[in-house]
Amino acid sequence: MDEILEILEKDARTTPEEIAKMLNMTPRAVKNTIKRYEKDGVILKYKTIVNKELVRDDDSEVRALIEVKVAPKKDVGFDYLAERVYQFPEVSSCYLMSGTYDLLVVIEGKNLRTISNFVAEKLSPMENVRGTVTHFILQKYKEDGDILRKAKKDKRQAITL
Amino acid sequence: MTIKISKYANTIPPSGIRVFFDLVMGMKDVISLGVGEPDFVTPWNIRETGIYALENGYTSYTSNKGLVELRQDISKHLKQKYGLRYDYENEILVTVGVSEALDLALRATVDPGDEVLVPEPYYVSYGPNVILCGGKPVFIKTSPDRGFKITAKDIERHCTKKTRAIILNYPNNPTGVSYSKSELKSLAKVIIKHDLIVMSDEIYCDLTYDYAHTSIATLPGMRERTIYLNGFSKAYAMTGWRIGYVSAPENIIYAMTKIHQYTIMCVPIISQMAAREALKNGDRSVREMKREYKRRREYVVSALNEIGLTCHKPEGAFYAFPSIKNTGLSSMEFSKRLLSQEKVAVVPGTAFGPIGEGYIRISYASSLDNIKEAISRMKRFLERNKKR
Repeated sequence: MDEILEILEKDARTTPEEIAKMLNMTPRAVKNTIKRYEKDGVILKYKTIVNKELVRDDDSEVRALIEVKVAPKKDVGFDYLAERVYQFPEVSSCYLMSGTYDLLVVIEGKNLRTISNFVAEKLSPMENVRGTVTHFILQKYKEDGDILRKAKKDKRQAITL
Repeated sequence: MTIKISKYANTIPPSGIRVFFDLVMGMKDVISLGVGEPDFVTPWNIRETGIYALENGYTSYTSNKGLVELRQDISKHLKQKYGLRYDYENEILVTVGVSEALDLALRATVDPGDEVLVPEPYYVSYGPNVILCGGKPVFIKTSPDRGFKITAKDIERHCTKKTRAIILNYPNNPTGVSYSKSELKSLAKVIIKHDLIVMSDEIYCDLTYDYAHTSIATLPGMRERTIYLNGFSKAYAMTGWRIGYVSAPENIIYAMTKIHQYTIMCVPIISQMAAREALKNGDRSVREMKREYKRRREYVVSALNEIGLTCHKPEGAFYAFPSIKNTGLSSMEFSKRLLSQEKVAVVPGTAFGPIGEGYIRISYASSLDNIKEAISRMKRFLERNKKR
């Protein structure tokens, strides 16, 4: 992967000027590359990783992984169903899987009830859906490479030779 | 009663910048660019191996030279890395870091009165180590105009009948300077001509950014006179495990092992087992850390030059050694003021010998966020302290 992408993936706040310094390029070249990535959709958007475990408010969310078994119909592949599923705003991730089930759908909701409603009213009744298994997430430890805990303090002495 | 302190202990100079260190240690919320060790913690697979060793009761001594398996791994590693062949039975010794290895190397080869060449600026322990075995350190001053590198001529000029050895350290702490193969070849020529031993501290070899690192032991005629020193501290972020190794011709390792067995006995077994994992499965982590250091290097060098501290581009390690001469301040005064005014800690260049006057050592083994903040504080500091 291009180092510009690698740097931005680590910290999206890194400015083109800073990246230019790190990679020995001109800021202009970096800016142009980033613009191209944005235009081509390689860079989709810039977000902040919020540790929701620490956000204690009433809107705190419940998450569930739902295994979905699909009976693909002729001329209608998995993509068709996936598209119908992932358009729901409650769906935060959606993957086609190998193995004993077909789609893995990650749902976010206010509480157990909203999620079970979604499964019962939206997901299960869909044509082609043969069955679902819902797993609720109890505790998140690490997500997409980030440990959900404040970084520990530097344990080194302030000066060593 | 006052106990008399030995002559040797009295001869070694106390660290001239101890006071400064104490000042730093006593201060809170300092951004430190003064740390000579990786900011990464040891990769998890290596730590996990250490835990496993403890859990399974690996708490005993090992053979003096180190675990046979580890020495075999090191032998294999050196062969793959450089094509160098060292017999694990009698040409490799596992030590408590390069620190112990260098001390042993000197004590095994230097007699009182022998001279040992030490290019300056140098890592702090080289001089005192030579003195402690009765030798005389002869410092070779390098010039910033030539990128702090020694040349064959420099060596030639400092050689006398008593010159026994030279201590090389590349990539270098504190300057980050390293030597290419052709540069090493020209050094090797004069080293062979004067029949010197080379103690080659190549602890930063895996952190070489612009070209492949060449070990001086690989050059023709050099293996027989090279004491190759390396360890796990820098590349694998294992400083606290205190483990390194030395490879050298059999008679040297034999002598070093004798001293080692009476002083250290053996390196802690837990560290040795963790080191095996580092050699076996550590490559990926080393690669990732190196990439990160490289980016920081580019950033630091260009940012320092931008704020007016001229800095050559270091070829390795994780240090930059910028000049602060245009501030009109001494290294110590600069560092003290920077600390008190902006709470940024750097190391005065004079910690590495008098030639370091006018320079500071900046370690980029610190997160990019820290580095950015430190640089912006230094910029403010420079503007405030402009020479009138």
